[in-house]
Amino acid sequence: MTNRINHPNLQLYLHIPFCVRKCAYCDFLSEPADAAEIDHYVQAMIGEIRSYQKQYAEYEVSTVFLGGGTPSILTEVQIAGVFSALYETFHIIPDAEISIEMNPGTVTKEKLLAYKSAGINRLSIGLQSANDEELKLLGRIHTMQDFLDTYELARSVGFENVNVDLISAIPGQTSGSWLRTLKTVTDLNPEHISAYSLIVEEGTLFYEKYGSDGQYADHEGTSRLPGEEEERIIYKDTLKFLTKLGYQRYEISNYAKPGYECQHNRGYWQRKNYLGIGVGAASLIENQRFGHITNRDAYIEFVNENQYDKLIEEKEDVSHQAQMEEFMFLGLRETKGISRENFRILFQKDIVDVYGRVLQTLQEEKLIEMQDDIIRLTEYGIDISNYVLSQFLL
Amino acid sequence: MAIIDQNHIRNFCIIAHIDHGKSTLADRIIEKTGTLTSREMQSQVLDNMELERERGITIKAQAVRIVYNAKNGEEYVFNLIDTPGHVDFNYEVSRSLAACDGAILVVDAAQGVEAQTLANVYLALDHDLDVMPVINKIDLPSADPDRVIEEIEDVIGIEAHDAPLISAKTGINIEEVLEQIVTKIPAPAGDKSAPLQALVFDSLYDSYKGVIVFCRIKEGTVRKGTEIQMMATGARAEVVEVGYFGAGQFIPSDELDAGMVGYITASLKNVKDTRVGDTVTEAARPCAEPLPGYKKVNPMVYCGLYPADGAKYPDIRDALEKLQLNDAALQFEAETSIALGFGFRCGFLGLLHLEIVQERLEREYNLDLVTTAPGVIYKVYKTNGEMLELTNPSNLPDPAEIEYMEEPMVSAEIMVTTEFIGQIMTLCQERRGQYEGTDYIETTRALLKYKLPLNEIIYDFFDALKSRSRGYASFDYELLGYEKADLVKLDILLNKEEVDALSFIVHASTAYERGRKMCEKLKKEIPRQLFEIPIQAAIGSKVIARETVRAMRKDVLAKCYGGDISRKRKLLEKQKEGKKRMRQIGNVEIPQKAFMSVLKLDDE
Repeated sequence: MTNRINHPNLQLYLHIPFCVRKCAYCDFLSEPADAAEIDHYVQAMIGEIRSYQKQYAEYEVSTVFLGGGTPSILTEVQIAGVFSALYETFHIIPDAEISIEMNPGTVTKEKLLAYKSAGINRLSIGLQSANDEELKLLGRIHTMQDFLDTYELARSVGFENVNVDLISAIPGQTSGSWLRTLKTVTDLNPEHISAYSLIVEEGTLFYEKYGSDGQYADHEGTSRLPGEEEERIIYKDTLKFLTKLGYQRYEISNYAKPGYECQHNRGYWQRKNYLGIGVGAASLIENQRFGHITNRDAYIEFVNENQYDKLIEEKEDVSHQAQMEEFMFLGLRETKGISRENFRILFQKDIVDVYGRVLQTLQEEKLIEMQDDIIRLTEYGIDISNYVLSQFLL
Repeated sequence: MAIIDQNHIRNFCIIAHIDHGKSTLADRIIEKTGTLTSREMQSQVLDNMELERERGITIKAQAVRIVYNAKNGEEYVFNLIDTPGHVDFNYEVSRSLAACDGAILVVDAAQGVEAQTLANVYLALDHDLDVMPVINKIDLPSADPDRVIEEIEDVIGIEAHDAPLISAKTGINIEEVLEQIVTKIPAPAGDKSAPLQALVFDSLYDSYKGVIVFCRIKEGTVRKGTEIQMMATGARAEVVEVGYFGAGQFIPSDELDAGMVGYITASLKNVKDTRVGDTVTEAARPCAEPLPGYKKVNPMVYCGLYPADGAKYPDIRDALEKLQLNDAALQFEAETSIALGFGFRCGFLGLLHLEIVQERLEREYNLDLVTTAPGVIYKVYKTNGEMLELTNPSNLPDPAEIEYMEEPMVSAEIMVTTEFIGQIMTLCQERRGQYEGTDYIETTRALLKYKLPLNEIIYDFFDALKSRSRGYASFDYELLGYEKADLVKLDILLNKEEVDALSFIVHASTAYERGRKMCEKLKKEIPRQLFEIPIQAAIGSKVIARETVRAMRKDVLAKCYGGDISRKRKLLEKQKEGKKRMRQIGNVEIPQKAFMSVLKLDDE
């Protein structure tokens, strides 16, 4: 407790909005750019980091996450630059979890060594599928062999905490091909697996091709999205398969060997403080949420002119009510559920006084289960978590 | 202004097919006569309501008095009466025409004579009006005035060789129109000293002046203080003010006498007392008989209007009462639906009228409405000899008590280019039309005549007509009367429970088809819920179609991008908001728009 008062906790997220090529399903803030553009951005980001010198002097940083885009597109020199700025600006604790997202085919041994010396201790590799046909369809830049090379290289350099990102229910996929992907990946024994089920988002190539509901799937020359039953089998298989191999599902779509849960992501669900650095990055600091502008040129310009306040848009104090809502809809994403006692400590109210009716209905609908102090989603509740979580908006 | 003698008055209206430029020409005439400066001109002066301007249609009749200095050096008073153009408002059109002595017929130089052109001309000729043709839109590249002139002479049979060739949009040749109004439209007749006889062609409610009666003085004189009587309704009142119509304002005058068009305000509280078509006379010295043609307009189309939020029920009643002040054809009475709670069964002249009322309630009164499928009035003859006029399908008696039923029929005229005749005939057959003949207007165009059940055309007939003729077909109809028909009530069951607000009456021959389409449509409208929902269409206890909304399966958010919780919250809020716009029926949630979904069942 004293620790928290003297040195409040902070997590850092750094957004790298670049990639070699936009994937067919991707609606994140990311696009290809040339080396000079990337460097301008990285220098601006370093400028932003340094601007926090005083503001976050009291905080202890427990996690750092470089996300994108494809952060592994950065050069060794750029990585070193970013991290020396980070270490000089923030108090990063010795055993902090420091992750970087990377794509197969974008890293060399030199880069991996640069990550090591920068203190990066967790790699998150975007594989998505072990099937080359499927990779091509997703618009990925790499093959399965590229991934194997990257993975092996990472292990040989000494990375001991590796996540592999997978996407299920992609066009043309069958439960058979998905299980082969899972088998191939788990044979390598990564510590962590993220297995998202494809959602066709607006503004993506897939949206043009399949529509929001896959209703255009019958067009000639396009592979069909898996049908509902197929998708359900895929979904259930994933849980069964990974559980058997000792992975635990700790969040709706995330699996880890015990002790290897991603602390940074858990911080989001537990409403810890996090500071987003770079374009479009989101922050939560002491119950205030704010987001950065998404225009890269404007971002660079404002940083270069030291107009840091102009980076922020959509700033809002999270009201007492919204805090309760977030506690529920974020907390319930974790399979361990939420604690009634924690709710009472945080909000000085019994959870039943606030959510009694919702909890009762959801329990009757077998979407949540309540056990002593714990409330968590059931298997079915996880399936339709959007519906369940939306019920906690007051 | 000195009193104008009848020889210098011209009372006329403009008639046209929709979009042929009626309102634009009216604007131009007002502008050229100098009553308004160009700066004061707002586009389409006569279309007052926001809705009228937006939709480009005239809903209420309007009138304006303008002064024209003719080339012969004399000053003329023009009373221009703008008429509603839509078939729903045919009766109002006919009353407006009765207030005129002549009509300007506007015909589009590219499109030529259309179904409504004919219908309106015949209506004008019925009222003994002199019809003066004008060819509009000659600035269009596709304009072919010679062909159109020939068409007017051949098809309608009125002389058109000296018709002004104009562009109301750009102002070309408007002077010619004004001159021809003087020479071609007759001056009014009538004796100023005869007993008062005035035709009511519209009325409106003003919160300051009370009811304002728009009228054409046929005989006699009316002035402030005259005790007047409405001959059909019997209402009496003392005249508070008389005057004429400036552009967008009322200009009081001392008196109105025979031949003039103007307004009267009197101590009348309700527009119901001043029905369109009624005759105003002097109570102390009544005219011998009322002007011909008065009839009470009755609604032809009924639907249920319910508040989306049950607590807003009194607000809907207030709003309907206010609208009714200005719209005597709107009828409503309270009703209750098991599915929708308390609401109103409302009667309208037609679907356009319905849509206008609905939109005005939503916009002007900020009400969120659930509208049930519109239906017509059926006559139900019971075995015990009683006859029931059915406006709400839920009230249909048990089939065992029904001897037979009758439905309203219309006679429809559809103008179409010959290449689409096949498609249009198929459409009419699908809608149970009885073919009555074809008139060829010219080699490429024909006028199809059909007898059609009204309930087949109030839904989406017009849209289907347009889509099957690539927009070229035009359409007009009039009510014929009732005919015996094999009708059944189609019920919709959701999760085995009947939803009264979704029931509708349909011809037995199309019941299966309609039931099937209805189920398919509802399947698309109703979002998945926690359990499987059977959707069934049934006649009596016999299920004729079935679909199933499967239970919710996957609904998981994708990767949470860099802790962007606001984005996630917005998604959840959208989901929750969607739920709010639903109606809970039993344990099934139905989106409000599903109740209107029975309307759009055409395949195309």
